[in-house]
Amino acid sequence: MLEVRNLHAKAGDRQILNGIDLTVKAGQVHAIMGPNGSGKSTLAGVLAGRDGLEVTAGSATFKGQDLFELEPEERARAGLFLAFQYPVEIPGVNNAYLLKAALNEVRKHRGEPMLDAIDFMTLARERMTLLGMDDSLMNRPVNEGFSGGEKKRNEVFQMAVLEPSLAILDETDSGLDIDALKTVAAGVNAMRSPERAMVVVTHYQRLLNYIVPDFVHVLSDGRIVKSGGKELALELEEKGYGWIETAPAAAV
Amino acid sequence: MTAVATSSDRYAEQFARFTQQTTLPGALASLRDDAFSCFDRLGFPTTRLEEWRFTNIARIAEKPFVAPTTRTDYTRADLDALHLPRLGGPELVFVNGTFAPALSTTDGLPAGVRTRSLATVLAQNHDDDAAAVALHLGRLARIESQAFTALNSAFLCDGAVVEVASGVVVDTPIHLLFVTRSGAAPVLSQPRVLVVAGAHSQVRVVESYAGDGETPYLSNTVTEVSVGDAALIDHYTLVREADAAFRVGSLHVTLGRASNFSSHIITLGGAIVRNEARVVLAGEGGECALNGLYLANGRQLVDNQTTIDHAQPHCDSHELYKGILGGRSRAVFNGKIIVRLDAQKTNAKQSNKTLLLSEDAQITTKPQLEIFADDVKCTHGATVGQLDQDALFYLRSRGLARDQARQLLTHAFAADLLGHIKVEAIRTQLDAQLLEWLPVGVMG
Repeated sequence: MLEVRNLHAKAGDRQILNGIDLTVKAGQVHAIMGPNGSGKSTLAGVLAGRDGLEVTAGSATFKGQDLFELEPEERARAGLFLAFQYPVEIPGVNNAYLLKAALNEVRKHRGEPMLDAIDFMTLARERMTLLGMDDSLMNRPVNEGFSGGEKKRNEVFQMAVLEPSLAILDETDSGLDIDALKTVAAGVNAMRSPERAMVVVTHYQRLLNYIVPDFVHVLSDGRIVKSGGKELALELEEKGYGWIETAPAAAV
Repeated sequence: MTAVATSSDRYAEQFARFTQQTTLPGALASLRDDAFSCFDRLGFPTTRLEEWRFTNIARIAEKPFVAPTTRTDYTRADLDALHLPRLGGPELVFVNGTFAPALSTTDGLPAGVRTRSLATVLAQNHDDDAAAVALHLGRLARIESQAFTALNSAFLCDGAVVEVASGVVVDTPIHLLFVTRSGAAPVLSQPRVLVVAGAHSQVRVVESYAGDGETPYLSNTVTEVSVGDAALIDHYTLVREADAAFRVGSLHVTLGRASNFSSHIITLGGAIVRNEARVVLAGEGGECALNGLYLANGRQLVDNQTTIDHAQPHCDSHELYKGILGGRSRAVFNGKIIVRLDAQKTNAKQSNKTLLLSEDAQITTKPQLEIFADDVKCTHGATVGQLDQDALFYLRSRGLARDQARQLLTHAFAADLLGHIKVEAIRTQLDAQLLEWLPVGVMG
């Protein structure tokens, strides 16, 4: 599904990623953990095609395609989805309108027929129930005036409607109370399938109690310094990131 | 400037011919003469005048525009090709400033409403009607200091007169369509609109200005609206002049006690477009909203000038003008608010926001507050920005193409103004146009 090799990237003048290697196969859930500034969000941004990030070396392929040859919208249509750490408020753009347009772009790409307003709303309602979302959010401007929890729920809701093959969740847990966290995690878990892969970027282990990963990678200074199973997250929680940062690179 | 002197001479000859050919009731005949004297004295404005500092109309002053002869070759198909919104109610069509009865319909108006061409009214020379119209015409528009208004008044002969009797509520919007097309020579179309709404009446008036052809024309229009006590008027000016065309249009409004007036001036086309709106809150407790939306591209110039005169206490005014500029287009916004000494408890709010979609587009925005009363609330603000790059990426990351994302954000910028538009056919069409609109020379 996703092959990242020796990925180096800069944000402005700052070198952030210093050689990332990551292989994600269909059906797998990978967690990427790391302290602030370790490059987690940059990695997510580079994969989704965010402006202002420059790949200086290395490669990434998604379903065999060179990811960096694709525009952000082409990546999305090919099945890559980024749940934003900070979902953008877009006054004047209706949430339902955006999602219907997005879904139809994805469907067009897949060679599926476009959905009309009624079929779209049926699907949307069904997925909203999954996320315990209020109907009224659909008819509000995208993320405008949403609470932190509503914004994160809306991201996962969009994922549930768009049904990507690779979902990258960038700190989807931050700012959520425990009830919201459980709901969001349940939504994500409902989306797990043998055809779908997920990369869960998080600062805290807490989310991984609810979304149990197959693999955990620890990012530090733009490199994956440690990889392991789900127990690695627990170890990190116990010992703190200092444990990783002081560990010699050879230990990886 | 020689160009100015020459152009005045040019219009002097035309005016002499015009006065020989047409006769007007006494009061209007003297208005016409006074107006031409004013124009002759003022000449076309130059950028040395403060109000025209950023709008150079040398191209208008230099061009030998001629008063059009009546066109009989303009067809329904020509009109349809302009794709103006169809509002389903009465439509008065004017071709090159002259009423075209064959293209017009006044069906479906309730009793107490009259929509007529000015020429028809004036032809009934000694009629009381003509006298009544003469009473209102030229009352609000100023010829002394405004050259274009003076020029329009000097050549006064046709246009639309809408009269709504007291207490009458008109459900369907009254659509006045002014279409212009030059022949071999560039024409000067100068229709006049007069709307007189009686006390407690309610009416919606839409003025559409459009044209076609490669030859430039000048559409120089004057609208006067008298809003009776407690009357409610919703007024639209849709400017979709041809690419090569020039337009100078002014709207003059006076509001009676506890009345409500809203204006929507929407500019989508024309090489140089100048829209002036002057509203006098002349009775206590009046309320007005001035909304403006302008889209410009290429080398278009759009200039919006507004004056809101709070002459009486307890009046509210809300003004929101938004511009979306691409290419090398330029826009000017000049919003003046006057609060007279007696106009205590005034509440005036003004805002001008511009979205620049190209590095070469320019906006000059200037609020002007002249406040003489001491117990008032007046706010004004201007913002100039570009498309939000984070929002653009967010939309693209959901699968929307860059252009589609830009269009969606451009539409979103104007969404609140669209929300104020109560005539559905206009809103729907504008919605679609905004979602399709792409500037040239984009960035980002």
